[in-house]
Amino acid sequence: MTVAADPGADPGVDPKSDLSGRGSVGDVVFRGLAVAAASLILVALAAVFIFLGIEGIPGFNVDAQHYAGQGSFLGLVVPLLFATMYAAVLALIIAVPFSVAIALFISHYAPRRVAVPVAYVIDLLAAVPSVVFGLWGAVALGPYLVPAHAWLAEHLGWLPFFDGQPSGNGRTLFTASIVLAVMILPIITSICREVFAQTPRLHEEAALALGATRWEMVRYAVFPYARSGMVSAVMLGLGRALGETMAIAMIASPKVVISLFIVGTQNPQTIAAHIAQGYKESTPDRLSVLIATGLVLFAFTFLVNAFARWIVARGRAK
Amino acid sequence: MSIQVKDASIFYGDFKAVEDVSMSIKPKSVTAFIGPSGCGKSTFLRTLNRMHEVIPGAYVEGKIQIAGQDIYGPNVDPVAVRRKVGMVFQRPNPFPTMSIYDNVLAGNKLNSKRIKKSEADSIVEKALRGANLWNEVKDRLGKPGMGLSGGQQQRLCIARAIAVQPEVLLMDEPCSALDPISTAAIEDLIHELKSDYTIVIVTHNMQQAARVSDDTGFFNLKAAGQPGHLVEFNPTKQMFTKPDNPDTEAYISGRFG
Repeated sequence: MTVAADPGADPGVDPKSDLSGRGSVGDVVFRGLAVAAASLILVALAAVFIFLGIEGIPGFNVDAQHYAGQGSFLGLVVPLLFATMYAAVLALIIAVPFSVAIALFISHYAPRRVAVPVAYVIDLLAAVPSVVFGLWGAVALGPYLVPAHAWLAEHLGWLPFFDGQPSGNGRTLFTASIVLAVMILPIITSICREVFAQTPRLHEEAALALGATRWEMVRYAVFPYARSGMVSAVMLGLGRALGETMAIAMIASPKVVISLFIVGTQNPQTIAAHIAQGYKESTPDRLSVLIATGLVLFAFTFLVNAFARWIVARGRAK
Repeated sequence: MSIQVKDASIFYGDFKAVEDVSMSIKPKSVTAFIGPSGCGKSTFLRTLNRMHEVIPGAYVEGKIQIAGQDIYGPNVDPVAVRRKVGMVFQRPNPFPTMSIYDNVLAGNKLNSKRIKKSEADSIVEKALRGANLWNEVKDRLGKPGMGLSGGQQQRLCIARAIAVQPEVLLMDEPCSALDPISTAAIEDLIHELKSDYTIVIVTHNMQQAARVSDDTGFFNLKAAGQPGHLVEFNPTKQMFTKPDNPDTEAYISGRFG
């Protein structure tokens, strides 16, 4: 028998340079785990969506008495959605300037030995449970801000936000927005910090060599470069503010109402807070109404996030 | 404007990068710095407009005077120094989000100065003509500066630097990212700019130093890990024919570096 007749012992191939691929066990296991983890998250998301659909859709159309005195689903969900947006936008108005300023301080102004601890402390804020923030807002910050409420109502009463009888205990959307702002500050700050720090040195030096001051350098080189990153940071902050429950539920005394007035005793209620305050004493019909509002919130935050991704992707493509 | 340097040493924290440089740069001339990588010629160039201070911990000992004024004096603002001493970098760096027009005007708009439209137009045209770029871009001033070729971008950066009418122009290997034709265009430009500005250029290309400069400084390291120093500073003709120092001759004739 010739050697060539046996393909397994082909003398032309040196066993040391065998190229046939044989995946090791580790590779196979790791691949399996990664695929499973990725699939699981999709399954979980789909399950939540299906749950909201099945349980919530009947809530669109139940007996009028279950819509918290609003008569119809739209009558209930439109004010809630308005309040959700309103509280989130107020929080953003407060949080974004602070976040950008802090991020700039960390990335461009502070010496390293100050910047690192500050960045760490800001990140720690994100680790504080939202219940604690809610408690702090209701018990400490609210009463402390009572004089501010009175002052705003008295001096800026010509603005619709402050036009009315101010709250006597500070448990208002005004206080809640400030707490909400503190809660979304870490995520916005840390993303802004990352993108600011990635500004190409070449662009910064271009500005500095022209005789730019540090702030001019930031405006010429850092902000244009970071614009899309800042937008996505703000959008992520918005997403978090939209879904945030405890700060609003624990602090603001609620009413289902469309109103810009934020320093009074009856504050527009958000979807998340409405669910948190209502689901315990629910009849099945009332529960399905609450779940239906949850479905609306889910769809809405989903849209906001999709929009944010789209903006980020568009910024990268340039 | 002449530049006088006396016993300048440059430090990054505890590390001494360049030691005891003294030289006298003539006004309205081109001075080239050559030398192997890491010998401190770019670092030294950046001390002439205090750009090295961008790196935390960097400082200079000794004296550097421009037009008789100590640029490291106690009341001197580095921002003001950089307005008098423009700089062009190794890689073209127009502001990516700005149009050609706005790029040229970037320096003029600093300090929130208000400029009339007609005045702005004439500054832009003059600077772009000065940088030999006007004819190529006059029909698309509103287009982004990043849309130009590398060589055009570098001339745009030169236009941006001369738009603020500095007295000195520093160039840190301005052609190292460019093709030979763009390089030739920049070298021609340097010849023309010499009549208005004092130019100091760092280059890795010895032919370029020989072509464009009036004086040449050769920097070298005494040994690895030692600070860089100025070996020889002489008129370019002499440097490339009969240099004083044997190390200069060895470097120029390609025996090391």
